[in-house]
Amino acid sequence: MADTTMQQDPPPATTRRRLSWTGLFSLLIFLALAILPPVAFYSGHPFWLDIFTRLVILAIAAVGLNLILGYGGLVSFGHAAYIGLGAYAVGVPAYHATYGGFDLIASYNGFVHLGLALLVSAVFALITGAICLRTRGVNFIMITMAFGQMIFYAIVSLETYGGDDGLTIDVRSEFPLISLDNPLTLYTVCYTSLAIIVFLLYRLSNSRFGLTLQGARSNEERMRAIGVNTYHYQLIAFVISGVICGYAGFLLGNFTTFISPEMIDWTRSGEIMFMVILGGATFLCGPIIGAILFIVLEHLLSEITVYWHLPFGLLLIFSVLFLPGGIIGAVSRIGGKKGQRNG
Amino acid sequence: MESSLLLIQLLNGLQLGILLFLLSAGLTLTFGIMDFVNLAHGSLYMLGAFLCASLTLYSGSFVLAVLLALPLTALAGFALEKIVVRHLYERNHLDHVLATFGLILCLDTLAHLIWGPAGIAIPLPDTLNGQVELLTGVVVPTFRLLIIGTGLLAALGLYLLVNHTRIGMLIRAGASNRTMVGALGVDISTLFSGVFALGAALAGLAGMLVAPIAEASIGMGNDIIITTFVVIIIGGIGSMKGAFLAALLIGLIDTLGRSFLDDLFKLLMSTEAAETAAPAVSAMLVYLLMAAVLAVRPQGLFPPLSR
Repeated sequence: MADTTMQQDPPPATTRRRLSWTGLFSLLIFLALAILPPVAFYSGHPFWLDIFTRLVILAIAAVGLNLILGYGGLVSFGHAAYIGLGAYAVGVPAYHATYGGFDLIASYNGFVHLGLALLVSAVFALITGAICLRTRGVNFIMITMAFGQMIFYAIVSLETYGGDDGLTIDVRSEFPLISLDNPLTLYTVCYTSLAIIVFLLYRLSNSRFGLTLQGARSNEERMRAIGVNTYHYQLIAFVISGVICGYAGFLLGNFTTFISPEMIDWTRSGEIMFMVILGGATFLCGPIIGAILFIVLEHLLSEITVYWHLPFGLLLIFSVLFLPGGIIGAVSRIGGKKGQRNG
Repeated sequence: MESSLLLIQLLNGLQLGILLFLLSAGLTLTFGIMDFVNLAHGSLYMLGAFLCASLTLYSGSFVLAVLLALPLTALAGFALEKIVVRHLYERNHLDHVLATFGLILCLDTLAHLIWGPAGIAIPLPDTLNGQVELLTGVVVPTFRLLIIGTGLLAALGLYLLVNHTRIGMLIRAGASNRTMVGALGVDISTLFSGVFALGAALAGLAGMLVAPIAEASIGMGNDIIITTFVVIIIGGIGSMKGAFLAALLIGLIDTLGRSFLDDLFKLLMSTEAAETAAPAVSAMLVYLLMAAVLAVRPQGLFPPLSR
């Protein structure tokens, strides 16, 4: 089972040239995400603002998954569960605040929602991560998938919160000074969150912690041999990754104001994974590119045909077969060849 | 009365277990021999159900439809292996997962295009549609007994095939060292295609057996594939014996949990609390079992020796 850790190039941090290249690229993306949505909103296309908001939220989830998938080399297929937990951390307290019961958490207060989202996803990540990380490779994939589906079925069976039919959030999380009911404010919150999370992850990936995590991906036995308890590092990364996705779920719940078990289904996890891999898992901004691609494809294809999953699935198969390393991988390969010729 | 209900639920559990085994057998084969993770296995289950439903409505005979749909599902598996899957053997598991996820999207949408969004129910012939009184007070539908019987026969056939034939010998040899088997002059490529087709046929058979009870529907495979994963994780990935025992275990625990957990909870807590907690816990029961098994034995209950 040696082939289960992903065989990929060393991360960008180790080479100066690529760092600046991708750094410039991410800067451009962040610039575009800062300018385009407000322009779209004020020029009378609020629909586009919604798409951008969804994009940024998905990007946060993808970036979160990438910590464990790209940097940790651990293929978690259950991250939609954290998004769901985060979203239900908004819906459940709001539901009880409206209809009574469960006084402990019943509230519209945004800090209660946020705290609950982060706490629940952290606890779930800690418990399941502690079990999942005892295994590797295909076992790890299937177990994370199974735990994700466990949350799906648990929520389906909770009739109080709508079960299969889902739950409408009547009142968004209330924060002092800002109102998430304003779509532009909500977008600004999402965008700022993405920027902060990417910055923190950038610092994290170049820290001792991040380098140890990547070392464990490249050669776990060697890391153990030099005295590193890789299990602890991976578990912490797993928890951070889950918490980021839980946060994305908190935002998603406030954005859609409708939550249902459908958003936890394992195929949703597959979509986030698709973003990470298609964008390029070893680069910090890769998942954001993947999220952009996903949204663009979803809209383009679903405009052509209602059966858009067919071309989408074919594209996924083709990209796995012919585009290892994702879009950024392909671009940097071309760049790499040029560099070799010049050097 | 209570004991007859228990007996009926035991049979239901056994039936679910048998179906799970048919599904996990194919996954175990493809994983054990080709080291390939196939998420799209559930789509073959769905394909079997739809093919059988169409053929039943067309020919008017359920039995004939099964006999025709089985080779057709195997053929579909064979074609999938030739077109997509074989290019993935040299890749890592992540690529397997992504590509077969794409495959699911394609197959589900194709089924949607061909058979429409609604499910198709399969009418059963009268001979299979009746009920049998096994003991006094224990009345079970004939078809459920047929499912159990067919599944056990398939399991026996698989056991004989793997352990007592030349093909089975090659399969076992391939599982322990495929490069060596290839070097000894065995056509590995055909062996792999054949094994994949066999797995597809078993999954399809499970779909055909389920369809008359639950109807053939889009996405039916995506629900059951995760439970199948739980089965092979608990059994120990790559172990046929583990898959069989774990499938029965999961089938029984899931069924019994759903029917008796609320009664059990009512002994421990208030009726109201029990009625809220029991469905949630019984929905999570097999996953909790998986967690418990993994916490003690990360490699599963019966890990294959060669791995």
